[in-house]
Amino acid sequence: MSHPVRGRFGPFGGQYVPETLMGALEELENVWHEAKADPQFQLELAGHRRAFVGRPTPLYAATRLGEHFGGAHIHLKREDLCHTGAHKLNNAVGQALLALRMEKKRVIAETGAGQHGVAVATVAARFGLECTVYMGTEDMRRQSMNVRRMKLLGAEVKEVTSGSKTLKDATSEAIRDWVTNVRTTHYIIGSVVGPHPYPELVRDLQRVIGDEAREQYLFADGKLPDVVIACVGGGSNAIGIFTAFLDDKDVALVGVEAAGSGLQSGKHAASLVGGRPGVLHGTYSYLLQDGEGQVTPTHSISAGLDYPGVGPEHAFLRDSERVEYLAVTDQDAVAAFKLCTKLEGIMPALEPAHALHHAGVMARQFGPGGRILVCLSGRGDKDMDSVEGS
Amino acid sequence: MKAAEKSRLASALRADGDLKLVPYVMAGHPDRKRSTELAKRLAASGVAALEIGIPHSDPLADGPVIQKAGQAALENGMTVAACIELAGAVAGEGVPIVLMSYINPILAHDPRRFAAEAAQAGVAGVIVPDMPVEESEPVAGWLRSAALDTIFMVAPTTSEPRMDTVCEHSSGFVYCVTLTGITGARAELPTGLKQLVANVRKHTQLPIAAGFGISRPEHMKALRGVADAAVVGSAVVAEIDAGRDPSALVKTLLKACR
Repeated sequence: MSHPVRGRFGPFGGQYVPETLMGALEELENVWHEAKADPQFQLELAGHRRAFVGRPTPLYAATRLGEHFGGAHIHLKREDLCHTGAHKLNNAVGQALLALRMEKKRVIAETGAGQHGVAVATVAARFGLECTVYMGTEDMRRQSMNVRRMKLLGAEVKEVTSGSKTLKDATSEAIRDWVTNVRTTHYIIGSVVGPHPYPELVRDLQRVIGDEAREQYLFADGKLPDVVIACVGGGSNAIGIFTAFLDDKDVALVGVEAAGSGLQSGKHAASLVGGRPGVLHGTYSYLLQDGEGQVTPTHSISAGLDYPGVGPEHAFLRDSERVEYLAVTDQDAVAAFKLCTKLEGIMPALEPAHALHHAGVMARQFGPGGRILVCLSGRGDKDMDSVEGS
Repeated sequence: MKAAEKSRLASALRADGDLKLVPYVMAGHPDRKRSTELAKRLAASGVAALEIGIPHSDPLADGPVIQKAGQAALENGMTVAACIELAGAVAGEGVPIVLMSYINPILAHDPRRFAAEAAQAGVAGVIVPDMPVEESEPVAGWLRSAALDTIFMVAPTTSEPRMDTVCEHSSGFVYCVTLTGITGARAELPTGLKQLVANVRKHTQLPIAAGFGISRPEHMKALRGVADAAVVGSAVVAEIDAGRDPSALVKTLLKACR
């Protein structure tokens, strides 16, 4: 029997999957531990990060945004400048290398906004892997540019018509594919969700965001920020930037979920703020569900945050009060999207626009001395239609 | 190894020359009244046991037929309590009832209450397809205290050392998943099935039920002398979904079991 704390963050996490997948999860865990300790693998990963992903990404002083909000210093960690336009590639590159290590020739993925799907299609092209991406009908409609990108990259995009036709259902279909083709296929999950070892694995691959940002911030400012803010859907960019700061007790950490039409409306995707613990997609974490344990429909203008669950490490960070979680509405996110575009010449994705809105709120609280770091997890070209139509 | 025959399920599913048949129905599909009637009729038709599904919004191990039935059941307002009540009504027919539920509805209902109410209703055992042995204790502990069997699954990807663990934790019977995949009727049984069941047999004295993909009389014939029992889910649910009484299909399958 396994050690009781293996794969757990406090009570959260675990491996709630069909027996068929248990062997593959064990293999993945073993391969990842070997790879992590293998200097050759680390060198290779570092090389791809530098030349293919485009790391390190810059830390940018958003001075006009800062002035607009009363003079606080706002810095943006520019994950939007990663190849393919979001932090998702950090994870996809690492997991593609693991697929090669496991001699699996096919990769599958789920996608909401399409950024993770594009990242996986991209690494599949780069490393010569066969690739299938599951995407809900509703998301294919609102993120059609990314669907075209994935197809050009050679991936098969499978439309998911069940349930809410969004990220949750795409994830379920990807898991069903994996159960069926587990011997030949590696499932590149896109966030810090899913059964152990995924939440740890994806965190380890995304923590480069915070490791870089912390060093860059210290170099630029001589001290650490007062607060680090990131948006949270599944929570991979947030875990990615938070991890480096967890031991810095004077740095406040804030995760921003999607309040959709407002928390009171019931039409939102804020699992940590408005949910309670349960099991979805193999992990025990906060979850939007009814009293019967049925997962409830979510809403967010941002496809990447439109997910009823959240990574189990976030659940632990919430309950241990290391990170504060709150939620920002569609309307406020769209306003922040427009403001950042106009004032900084940087068009953020709608996902980090939620974090940018809260950065404005905190900047006004702090006043001129305030020092705020925001993870700008992706760029917003994909959201043009949603923003113009809102 | 367990004293298997203390379990009603174990005695009912042990092959005695005939293959035993375990049909599956989704509670509340097509509606509550009709699913109770059909389940009762199936229970009285000579099957060894009946599996009753509790619907879930995100059934990871299920193919389209059972997904759709579960969705319909949820739209009909089916709750865990209503499923247990339905199981209780069917248990009156005298055939052991196995409840199949994903873990989250059980957690939401409260595992202790679930176990007590299921036992009270006369349920014999419980299968939780997304609860591997490693995660099972918070639920299985209560099932055990309520004298309910907990049936775990062995898959074609289960390693030999894991098979030992799974069989050790299982009671009533061991559920052998015939293929890597989700539920749903397939034209043919997988080629390695005979070997898989033989492997599982080395690790347990409990009866072994084969499930996933099994739908046709020729599958029954092929499983006779290999497994103790066959679980037929999607094929039965598809009959119900098409507005037909599944008794005719079950009768044909039963004939092929002998």
